[in-house]
Amino acid sequence: MGQILFAFSTIIVGVFGCVAYFYFSNLLLDRALPAKGPNAGLNINRANAIRPWLFLGPAIVILSLYLVYPVINSIWLSFHDASAANFVGFDNYVWLVNDSKFQESMLNNLLWLIVVPGASTLLGLVAAQLTDSIRWGNIAKSLIFMPMAVSFIGASVIWKFIYDYRGEGNAEIGLLNSIVTSFGGSPEAWITLGFWNNFFLMVVLIWIQTGFAMVILSAALRGIPEETIEAAILDGASPLQVFLKIKVPQIWGTIAVVWTTITITVLKVFDIVLAMTNGQWGSQVLANLMFDWMFRGADSGRASTVALVIMVLVTPIMVWNIRNARKEG
Amino acid sequence: MADIAGQKARLTWAINISVIVLVLLWTIPTFGLLVSSFRDADQIASTGWWEALFPTERNEIFRAKGADAQNLVGDVYQIKGNLFEGGQGAIIAFGVSSLKPTAYYPGETGKMSRDRLLTLQANGDYVLASPKPFRSSRGVRIFATVQSPPKFTWENYQKVLFSEGVGRSFLNTFTVTIPATIIPILIAAFAAYALAWMQFPGRALLIAAVVGLLVVPLQMALIPLLKLHNDIGIGKDYLGIWLAHTGFGLPLAIYLLRNYIAGLPREIIESAKVDGATDFDIFRRIILPLSFPALASFAIFQFLWVWNDLLVATVFLGNNEEQLVMTGRLRELLGSRGGDWEILAASAFVSIFVPLIVFFSLQRFLVRGLLAGSVKGG
Repeated sequence: MGQILFAFSTIIVGVFGCVAYFYFSNLLLDRALPAKGPNAGLNINRANAIRPWLFLGPAIVILSLYLVYPVINSIWLSFHDASAANFVGFDNYVWLVNDSKFQESMLNNLLWLIVVPGASTLLGLVAAQLTDSIRWGNIAKSLIFMPMAVSFIGASVIWKFIYDYRGEGNAEIGLLNSIVTSFGGSPEAWITLGFWNNFFLMVVLIWIQTGFAMVILSAALRGIPEETIEAAILDGASPLQVFLKIKVPQIWGTIAVVWTTITITVLKVFDIVLAMTNGQWGSQVLANLMFDWMFRGADSGRASTVALVIMVLVTPIMVWNIRNARKEG
Repeated sequence: MADIAGQKARLTWAINISVIVLVLLWTIPTFGLLVSSFRDADQIASTGWWEALFPTERNEIFRAKGADAQNLVGDVYQIKGNLFEGGQGAIIAFGVSSLKPTAYYPGETGKMSRDRLLTLQANGDYVLASPKPFRSSRGVRIFATVQSPPKFTWENYQKVLFSEGVGRSFLNTFTVTIPATIIPILIAAFAAYALAWMQFPGRALLIAAVVGLLVVPLQMALIPLLKLHNDIGIGKDYLGIWLAHTGFGLPLAIYLLRNYIAGLPREIIESAKVDGATDFDIFRRIILPLSFPALASFAIFQFLWVWNDLLVATVFLGNNEEQLVMTGRLRELLGSRGGDWEILAASAFVSIFVPLIVFFSLQRFLVRGLLAGSVKGG
């Protein structure tokens, strides 16, 4: 009961504090520079110059504090030792390049980057095309889209149950092992199989991201002008040809957006690896390596260096996004 | 278009079947865990969830009562009892030694060493007879194959909610999620309006900055911010995590809302200005109500993202009983109760049913948000 009361009061204080800022700061501005009286014109001009910054103020403060400052601070930290007290030059970077876990993480991340965005986009595209052409397509879409609502950690529990391994002699209650044994194979502890376990973890993310790709690509497919499709059909194109040669080329832009969005998600993937293997058995990835050095290693220098590597990897996408946004706006 | 495709009945069939396969592949994992969360712990461990509707068979080892329970009937010492002690089940076979655990069928009498005889009925009633008195206070071992009927129960949920701390974590998650969803919306809506409709120097630069910040990885922010929070005294507290989630959610919020608000008709805003309304009035009376769809999209996004977040909560909230959120609890249970699938399954469903409700009831807005803001990942 106390907990509920505390939760409610903190919620109210947090939300109302925010409303109060905007309300009272604007009220203050209106009082200080009233749009009446002898200086009305001047006051209005002044108020108009100030008001945007009242509106933007909290956003700018929070963005700089929570996103810009950390980038700069991380660069600074990466040149310092574990306690951030002593300058160590490029030591962290040298350590990083020679660290076997980092090399493993880079290779694994590369594997993830090759497999997950491609597989999710491809499956999403196929699912979008298939569900768009049947009557119960919207229900099917909802169900394929559903994993988007499940947390990565919840998804990990769901899939760990599928990969469950009880050992020889016990009844296998994991779906995968049960299928394998019913075909005469022998059960395996899937997530401890070096190298291949990466793919079992990737399946979880593909399972989550396919729905996202499907929804966006389905909207893009519907946006294709009917005439182009009709013309192709009149010319005798088969449904497969229409799909591959008419529809897909027209939505390359959207496919690229989906691909890059999933790429960013992959670079940050952390919860799945943490929950399933915690980077053991050769399945470490950058984001989890960073987490590991932050908490278990308690080394802010090395952790920041790993974080910067992730940042560098997403930078090309960031530049690409900004360019696109400027072109549009 | 659909008609032309529909002429080919075989193709339609193929499409229907492929979609059914896809849907099954995508739902079976969740469904399996859902079924398991209602099963009895012993049954989960002995058969797969797909056999949940059938009785389960298991080999078990029981112990008869000890010497204290013996009675002298005629010249035979007897111990009577029931193996299930009030529980449910049926004996399919039994044995008296570990080498032959299925030597006898129910109703038969098994011969033990020292001329002892064991008669066991299908319902678990047993009679142990011996010409000499029983000495040991520990009863003899009885090996039995037990068939138990399918059993579905709420017990797992009761257990996790009230004794595994999941109920507490559930409330903590709410405490984190609600303000962390509302605060960024408010801040972003004002900023988005300024970026869309107000004139001031540096506007284009700010918009570009917001787009750039969309993809900054969270990992960058953790260490510097944790240090900062600790320095100003809000480390490991709700205020800290709200601010953190606000910061990480703001770029997407501003981006989505600005695009939407910039698309609102100019005439409405200008005529309000002519009528003497201030920007604050315009925002409150016109912009907010008109941008409801965009606000809802982002709210759902942020809600799902905060509810499902593990990383930010692990860093900015404590790992103790009072502050652990659902995702953190699940992770902890995965470590400490790794094989207890009844606990894990029930906890996982407690944590995902709220996002699932939000998802299914407000999917329309979520899709709209996705379409407008698909440049942000994770």
